[in-house]
Amino acid sequence: MSWKKHAYDDIPGTYVFDGKTAHSAFGLNKLLYSLNREANRQEHARDPAAYADTFGLSVDQKKALVEENFLDLLRLGANIYYLAKLAVPKGFTMQDTGAAFQGITTAEFQDKLDAKALDLDEKLVKAGGFWRG
Amino acid sequence: MSNKLEQTPYWQRFFAGYEPVKEWLAKVDPDIAIVVYNDHGLNFFLDTVPTIALGCADEYENADEGWGLQTLATFEGDAALSWHLAESLVEQEFDLTTCQEMLVDHGFVVPMALMWRHLPEWPVRAIPLAINTVQHPIPSARRLYKLGRALRNAIVTYPEDVKVVVFGTGGMSHQLQGERAGFIDVDFDLQCMNSIIDNPDWLAGMTTTEIMERGGTEGVEVIMWLTMRGALSDTVNVVHKHYHVPVSNTGAGVLILEDAR
Repeated sequence: MSWKKHAYDDIPGTYVFDGKTAHSAFGLNKLLYSLNREANRQEHARDPAAYADTFGLSVDQKKALVEENFLDLLRLGANIYYLAKLAVPKGFTMQDTGAAFQGITTAEFQDKLDAKALDLDEKLVKAGGFWRG
Repeated sequence: MSNKLEQTPYWQRFFAGYEPVKEWLAKVDPDIAIVVYNDHGLNFFLDTVPTIALGCADEYENADEGWGLQTLATFEGDAALSWHLAESLVEQEFDLTTCQEMLVDHGFVVPMALMWRHLPEWPVRAIPLAINTVQHPIPSARRLYKLGRALRNAIVTYPEDVKVVVFGTGGMSHQLQGERAGFIDVDFDLQCMNSIIDNPDWLAGMTTTEIMERGGTEGVEVIMWLTMRGALSDTVNVVHKHYHVPVSNTGAGVLILEDAR
């Protein structure tokens, strides 16, 4: 069995969720999907390791889950939207997870986002026809 | 929207840009909203991933996506119109999945709330059209543009006289995952919006990889705007064009387009 290469494999810092990933991390994402239900969130919170075992996670996936290591979870196949079902109820925002992926603080991550707005008005004028309030 | 942040400096400009949309919708008074969106793991898990799924039910419920947020009121559907759309689209070789029970997640609910949360009840019947943008392979930009063309044919051949608005949804450039998280490209977003108006072939001609390179992995959602565009006439009137950044990790745009008369 060999998985073919894709053009998107070369985008830096990016883990495109495709068949190869979905196949290798089906149990992990099934666990994350189960967190849609409050009863499952509570069961997971009581004993994350035991909860991981019921979904047949690999040793590495289980370790990353218990440690809440978001970058490792992503590398081990978690889909980002499913990962949000773990992170958001615990009080993490998508800025927190983005910062964790980059190994910077949330404030630093937010500053980078805010910087996108610095020359926004100028760009809207140039592009033409945009509502400007 | 759950926590009354709308008037804070961070959010004010984003929400203010929707006021003209609300006014336009009140004036046009549509009967039906077809919402082209992607499910983020509420109705569909990875055991079964339909590329194109059409709601064909009398009503649609919102539910907990894992965040414990308050769910919104039930959305009334229009099963007869849905099944007409299904028949017509399949006849036009879009072999979609029909759903008689379908939970709708934030991808559907947030646009509906942005338009109509100020009203006591939803003023339209809604039809969800869910596109897989979560697990690759996803449909190409060109395919979704063609889906819009076919959707137009389907709508205009419905025997009943109903007024339909099509919402093409999805964040503009953004990437939530990986070391590249936080990626936003304002220039690309503005180019996409102008392309959708005047030259949809430009965006429709891009590969999925090119869109992810220029707009981020989750920014690929912008291809769903092309289904809305395809449902319109070749040339369109621009009623409103608004863009804001950042909205959470995302560039956010809104266009009102009408058939050119």
